[in-house]
Amino acid sequence: MSLESVKTLYRAEMARSLRTVLQSIVSPVISTSLYFVVFGAAIGTRISEVEGVSYGAFIVPGLIMLMLLTQSVSNASFGIFFPRFSGTIYEILSSPMSYWEIVLGYVGAAASKSLILGTIVLVTARLFVPYGIDHPLMMVLFLVLTAVTFSLLGFIIGIWADGFERLQLVPLLVITPLTFLGGTFYSIDMLPPFWQVVTLANPVVYLVSGFRWSFYGISDVSPLVSLGMILLFLAAALAVVAWIFRTGYRLKP
Amino acid sequence: MSDVILVEGLGKTYAGGFQALNDVDLAIRRGEIFALLGPNGAGKTTLISVICGLVNPTAGRVLVDGFDSVREFREARARIGLVPQELTNDAFVTVWDTVSFSRGLFGKPRDPVHIERVLRSLSLWDKRHNRLMTLSGGMKRRVLIAKALAHEPEILFLDEPTAGVDVELRRDMWEVVRGLRDNGVTIILTTHYIEEAEEMADRIGVIRRGELVLVEEKHALMRQLGRKELTLHLREPLEAVPAALAHHDLSLAEEGHALVYRYDAEARDDDPTGIAELLADLEATGIGFKDLHTRQSSLEEIFVSLVKETA
Repeated sequence: MSLESVKTLYRAEMARSLRTVLQSIVSPVISTSLYFVVFGAAIGTRISEVEGVSYGAFIVPGLIMLMLLTQSVSNASFGIFFPRFSGTIYEILSSPMSYWEIVLGYVGAAASKSLILGTIVLVTARLFVPYGIDHPLMMVLFLVLTAVTFSLLGFIIGIWADGFERLQLVPLLVITPLTFLGGTFYSIDMLPPFWQVVTLANPVVYLVSGFRWSFYGISDVSPLVSLGMILLFLAAALAVVAWIFRTGYRLKP
Repeated sequence: MSDVILVEGLGKTYAGGFQALNDVDLAIRRGEIFALLGPNGAGKTTLISVICGLVNPTAGRVLVDGFDSVREFREARARIGLVPQELTNDAFVTVWDTVSFSRGLFGKPRDPVHIERVLRSLSLWDKRHNRLMTLSGGMKRRVLIAKALAHEPEILFLDEPTAGVDVELRRDMWEVVRGLRDNGVTIILTTHYIEEAEEMADRIGVIRRGELVLVEEKHALMRQLGRKELTLHLREPLEAVPAALAHHDLSLAEEGHALVYRYDAEARDDDPTGIAELLADLEATGIGFKDLHTRQSSLEEIFVSLVKETA
């Protein structure tokens, strides 16, 4: 493996975020903070505790997960889409880098940015609501696995997209609705029995549930099932990326 | 001179069924400047793209310095620098950063001394802190060359390197390319400017409809396929070529004020040009002339006739 090549790609991607710090970092932190203010501080005071946890604290893991998913997908998809769009991808494809080194550079940078943002939001949340973390190592594991998995999904979307509209299509029409309906703001126990079953088809439920368990020890589904589901998504994303490389889909005619 | 690139039976058929390359065999010699000519859509860029790893071949193979471009892509690509046809670059980064980035992508450690040398050689040193979006088209083209040279390649592909570049810059770039060749870099260029190939190339390849129709030393090509013309400016205009001169390949020009004689540029002692005989015949028929000049057909004319012949 050429570490120097991967480091170069990684650093360039991180530098791109720093060049657009308002959009990359400040904007998601502000919008997530607004959720805390509106749902946690304003509305949350009128909602009773959820499974023994104050509503403000209850939504912290879900909001971090919401930000993590959307940012991972958008960072990684834009990261690979932009050189395809501008034509500069020629330089990467004609370099001695292997496909997996290219993925490591792009997905590593996108996941790193999401993790940095996740940490900032985690610290910011503490300004609005008190919370504790029962299982910090599992919290980090959930955070890292989710960031990597959804950055891989973003990478796939960035290769699939043939224009800016498609680039936005999946994050806006799939990721965000699934996240809102994935138990970010509620426990699925609060839903009518029928919808409790339906909502289990939403993969985000498992991510939010497992992540919330690492904070408060409460979950809608077993944390092991959550972990298994994340690993399943990761394996599926890797399989799709491997297929892209084998066929040269949208990269090499 | 050993071959640094060996293309064997290369074929490329795109998913839609379009055959861009058909059984191409080509050997590029180490240290030469090779010009690939061909009309639009002939397969020049596809050929370069396959060698550089941007397009998957459907038949044949490419060896770069002995390394298979697919199985041993790291070794093969590490030796190649590519300047693409399109002016593609990240508008928001500086010249220095983008050239350093290119070096890093090829796994080479940072080397500010080398980057400075490259930027100075391309007259980009003063622009090193400029963002690419602030540069002119010619300067952006130079940046692409600098990026391709950042990792010290042994082989440089230039796909239409001077497209959209003004005459002065073009001549500067020719100097840069010659300098690279003098330092041992093998140059392969495609160009629409035949003048460019005529000026710089050691050998010429002509590609048409995905097939390599000719590969030849430039001077030999011009000798073999070039035509010479002798134009005689007459004292008195003629209405037609006199019958006494009909056995010469003559035509009238300038409304009868000039006689044009075409002959083979490859004339030898045992196969003379026929000029002496023509002049004797002119004297015998009493046709006087006040001036004369000769002209050899350019590479462009040779290229056009080649493409027509194979059409």
